[in-house]
Amino acid sequence: MEKNNRKGTVLFSKYTRGEGIKKVLSISREDVLFELRESKLKGRGGAGFPTATKWTIVAAAKSDQKYIICNADEGEPGTFKDRVLLLEYPELVFDGMVIAGYTIGATKGIVYLRGEYEYMLKSLEDYLEQMRKDNLLGKNIIGKKGFEFDIEIRLGSGAYVCGEETALIESLEGNRGEARNRPPYPVNTGFMGKPTVVNNVETLASVPHIIAKGGTWFQKHGTDKSTGSKLFSVSGDCGKPGVYELPWGTKISELLKIVGAENTKAVQVGGASGTCIPKSQFERTLAYEDAATGGSIMIFNESRNMLHILKNFMEFFVEESCGQCTPCRIGNTKLLEGVEMIERGEFTFNYVNQLKELGRTMQVASKCGLGQSSPNSFISILENFKDEIFFQNGNGGTHGK
Amino acid sequence: MLVTEKNNMTEEIEELVRRYGRERSSLLPILQSIQRKHKHIPDFAQQEVARLLDIHPVEVFSVISFYSFLNTKPKGRFIVRLCQTISCDLQGKAAVSKAIERELGITFGETTKDNKFTLEYANCVGMCDQGPAMIINERVYFKLTPEKAVQILNELK
Ligand SMILES: Cc1cc2nc3c(=O)[nH]c(=O)nc-3n(C[C@H](O)[C@H](O)[C@H](O)COP(=O)(O)O)c2cc1C
Ligand code: SF4
Ligand code: FES
Repeated sequence: MEKNNRKGTVLFSKYTRGEGIKKVLSISREDVLFELRESKLKGRGGAGFPTATKWTIVAAAKSDQKYIICNADEGEPGTFKDRVLLLEYPELVFDGMVIAGYTIGATKGIVYLRGEYEYMLKSLEDYLEQMRKDNLLGKNIIGKKGFEFDIEIRLGSGAYVCGEETALIESLEGNRGEARNRPPYPVNTGFMGKPTVVNNVETLASVPHIIAKGGTWFQKHGTDKSTGSKLFSVSGDCGKPGVYELPWGTKISELLKIVGAENTKAVQVGGASGTCIPKSQFERTLAYEDAATGGSIMIFNESRNMLHILKNFMEFFVEESCGQCTPCRIGNTKLLEGVEMIERGEFTFNYVNQLKELGRTMQVASKCGLGQSSPNSFISILENFKDEIFFQNGNGGTHGK
Repeated sequence: MLVTEKNNMTEEIEELVRRYGRERSSLLPILQSIQRKHKHIPDFAQQEVARLLDIHPVEVFSVISFYSFLNTKPKGRFIVRLCQTISCDLQGKAAVSKAIERELGITFGETTKDNKFTLEYANCVGMCDQGPAMIINERVYFKLTPEKAVQILNELK
């Protein structure tokens, strides 16, 4: 895979390897945290937690060891922008980790790379080796006395839930990737019980730009509540699928035009755990305060069968639920069965409503984000496309014989 | 397992433990290495890993059973994982899977008699913009057509 000539205002703007590291070593930790606060950068992994807050807590913690973890588990259906960052912009991701290490006082960074991305391992390790040779990693980094930092890459083994930060830590510690109760949060009790920052690949990749160009510069992009830009992973029915850097606040309709989508019926924003947005809402904006997303945009045109799409999502959750808690383990199975009943035309509206209620219970009663968000598609697709699913083709649904 | 095989396996695991360390946190990298080489983690290997890391064999089994890329029963030399998630599905995954099944004479979930191929489905492998996609062992293949997919399998030695 070649490094494309990508264009963008923030992440894909000009940056030279090591630039952010050089700058950061000349300023104090407080100044870094100040710039980060100024930038109003929020987590790009989905939850949107302010990055400065996370870093400040860990920077202030007293501990013999701290960790910075780069979450490269990228398992949300329809997401592939971290793949592009790692393959084409490793300097941003790794420089971001070094800057994090300096700021929070960690000597070790770990990249948790999903097993599906093992094909990148060699090139990433070669890249790290070159950084070591150039003293961008290791001891006394580019002459800064006492600053030591290195990065290790660890592989996942095919479990979506391991992208959840506490499940990820369990996995790194050699356990089943089962989510923990939060609190305590990783910033207090993380990897090996030590204060740990877990950040998404794209969050870390934003940091070197903020350090090199300033928090104020970053903040000027996007909207007031969603600063900077976002990488959107666009797939499905459109002329030009791929990764796009767009400012937060871009309208769905604008994005559809940019990617050459026609006759669009629905846009799934945020992957299988996101929501399905019908045509009537295409003027909504992509932003934390409106249609929030970790970047997955899947486009469905008029020819697509929404029930088939929903079934695919529910099969995903049934397979990927870790099974630890009942609402998620049983709930997702029930929702999938419900979809199959609709498909066969063997359902009552009463039961469908009960299932939606079950979905709402799962949203509050599940232990981690997987079970909390898996009913989103179920509820939004059945509500936004009820005409198609229940009425257009008779009560047998679109598959009705 | 033959005695020599057992000895080799023990040596191999000792080497892995030296490389990754005796800590519990080394468990996954050790298991992944065994899996990569043998396409499964046999009972004897599980016992040896447990012994060398000083944990209960049940713990090792429990971890293996959690991860879809680790398995205790043998699989083919080439584990084919075709993405079944929606973007690949809409780009023609069904035709690709049918062609592969026809060509190999097995269905997804099975292994060919000569132990060369195991067919499995995977969830989104991060290639949605260039689907349908599949991963074979550690390599990714994309923009598949039924013909291209079969050709890729045929070229694997
Ligand atoms: C089921 C599940 C899967 C997740 N997968 C990922 C992932 O692949 N990558 C990621 O960065 N965050 C993922 N997250 C979010 C993480 O738990 C965490 O919020 C994030 O890594 C924090 O980084 P950020 O603040 O930079 O966004 C997932 C959450 C859940 C509940
Ligand atoms: S919500 Fe689902 S994935 Fe999360 S802990 Fe419960 S069973 Fe596991
Ligand atoms: S849907 Fe197949 S790679 Fe994402």
